[in-house]
Amino acid sequence: MASYSTNEFKAGLKVMLDNDPCAIIENEFVKPGKGQAFNRVKIRNLKTGRVIERTFKSGESLEGADVVEMDMQYLYNDGEFRHFMQPESFEQYQCDEKIVGDAAKWLKDQDMCTVMLWNDAPIGVTPANFVELTIVETDPGVRGDTSGGGGKPAKLETGAVVRVPLFVQTDEMIKVDTRTGEYISRVKE
Amino acid sequence: MQSAWQPTCSVAMLRLRARMLAKIRAFFLEKSVLEVETPLLSHTIGTDPNLAFFATDYDVPPRQQRLFLQTSPEFAMKRLLASGSGSIYQICKAFRNGESGRFHNPEFTLLEWYRVGFTLPQLMDEIAELIVSLFAEHNALTGVQRISYQAIFQHYTGLDALVFCYEDYCTYALTHQLPEAVSLCEHDHALWLDVLFSHKVQPYLGKNELCMVYGYPACQSSLARINADDARITDRVELFINGVELGNGFYELTDAIEQNQRFDNEIAQRQQNNLADVVKDERLIAALATGLPDCSGIAIGLDRLLMLLSKSASIDDVLSFSIDRA
Repeated sequence: MASYSTNEFKAGLKVMLDNDPCAIIENEFVKPGKGQAFNRVKIRNLKTGRVIERTFKSGESLEGADVVEMDMQYLYNDGEFRHFMQPESFEQYQCDEKIVGDAAKWLKDQDMCTVMLWNDAPIGVTPANFVELTIVETDPGVRGDTSGGGGKPAKLETGAVVRVPLFVQTDEMIKVDTRTGEYISRVKE
Repeated sequence: MQSAWQPTCSVAMLRLRARMLAKIRAFFLEKSVLEVETPLLSHTIGTDPNLAFFATDYDVPPRQQRLFLQTSPEFAMKRLLASGSGSIYQICKAFRNGESGRFHNPEFTLLEWYRVGFTLPQLMDEIAELIVSLFAEHNALTGVQRISYQAIFQHYTGLDALVFCYEDYCTYALTHQLPEAVSLCEHDHALWLDVLFSHKVQPYLGKNELCMVYGYPACQSSLARINADDARITDRVELFINGVELGNGFYELTDAIEQNQRFDNEIAQRQQNNLADVVKDERLIAALATGLPDCSGIAIGLDRLLMLLSKSASIDDVLSFSIDRA
């Protein structure tokens, strides 16, 4: 894998730090007028999600990390692992709950999502920005209320709970933004 | 969407820059400080191992000469001072290779001035007068603070900047989210000071006021004189506003022998670190040997000053064309 100097640290670059794959978030050049130049780098550990700041001497370099993000289809949950498939190669990958993390509550069988691979092993899962899921449980709303004000909690087929308008009912399919967890609209079938 | 042919700053910023330059020139005209110009392209270059330069080829067949773009006009201005110019100032471009970031562009504008017969505290009075007047009509500063390096360093870190206690410095770094400093700095006192000052002190300096830090540790003396009463410190001042380093001033070293020695030390350091070869400015040494009048001088980064005047987040916002579009 190539190595990258502090001058090449750009947001999104994947590098190895303390034996973990990391992504550069921000890179600030710090140089006292009469002193050594540094780069103050904000960096996310891709395995833990933790963000740290680290200072390097300008010109120092880090080894690149073999990290790729791949669109995959979520297949099923066997109780211990969740299984994903790369649709072109049909190659399958399995992830435990720790790797899937918060994405789990948005994953429906057959839906597409993004799996991050480090040295060809999954380290993270990101659901699609928008998912369409069926409501399995919500209080019956007041008929005729279309204002959308107020709202009520609704439990979805994948286990996620989102706030929906009062007029939305059990068994209806809705569109949700997974980045904010917000209801977007009803989906007409 | 902006295209690459367009300037990175607004037309309003061009006007603000022109106004700032006019006010600076009026300030020095009133004080009878002479405006001068010195070459940007020279046969020699500063030896500071922390400054990288641009070199170019001068073709005068059959000979070819290597010339340097100046990292600061300091040496040429001192040669003018030694030849009897009296107090002088210059607004010019300076070039530093590899420096690019939110506060850096490899080509930038400097205001540099020298006051014959001024001590450092006298120069600091004049600096404050100029800076306060420039800010007055935009976002007036709330005050001017003068504090010694040792006191401000102690205040923010609890450490003594003048006495290098490796264990104390390491303990501080390990307990203040800067553990990498231990391997980065090892036993290099000057490097420790650079890291700790820029990370733990500088960001807090000069909240809407001008903060002047003086009495730098002797290991960071650069071209300043060692203090006559305390050899641990040097007569050097740095300016900060809202955590941004704005300028660097000295009670100027006039001793040719010591200057020559410092050049040689820096050249040796450059060789040790495999840095580009430099040509020592023998003409500056000769000028000092003839006699540089007692003087104090300072260089201020005008692009950063403009950033602060206009509350801009990036140097690109105040440059017509930053390096990416130049």
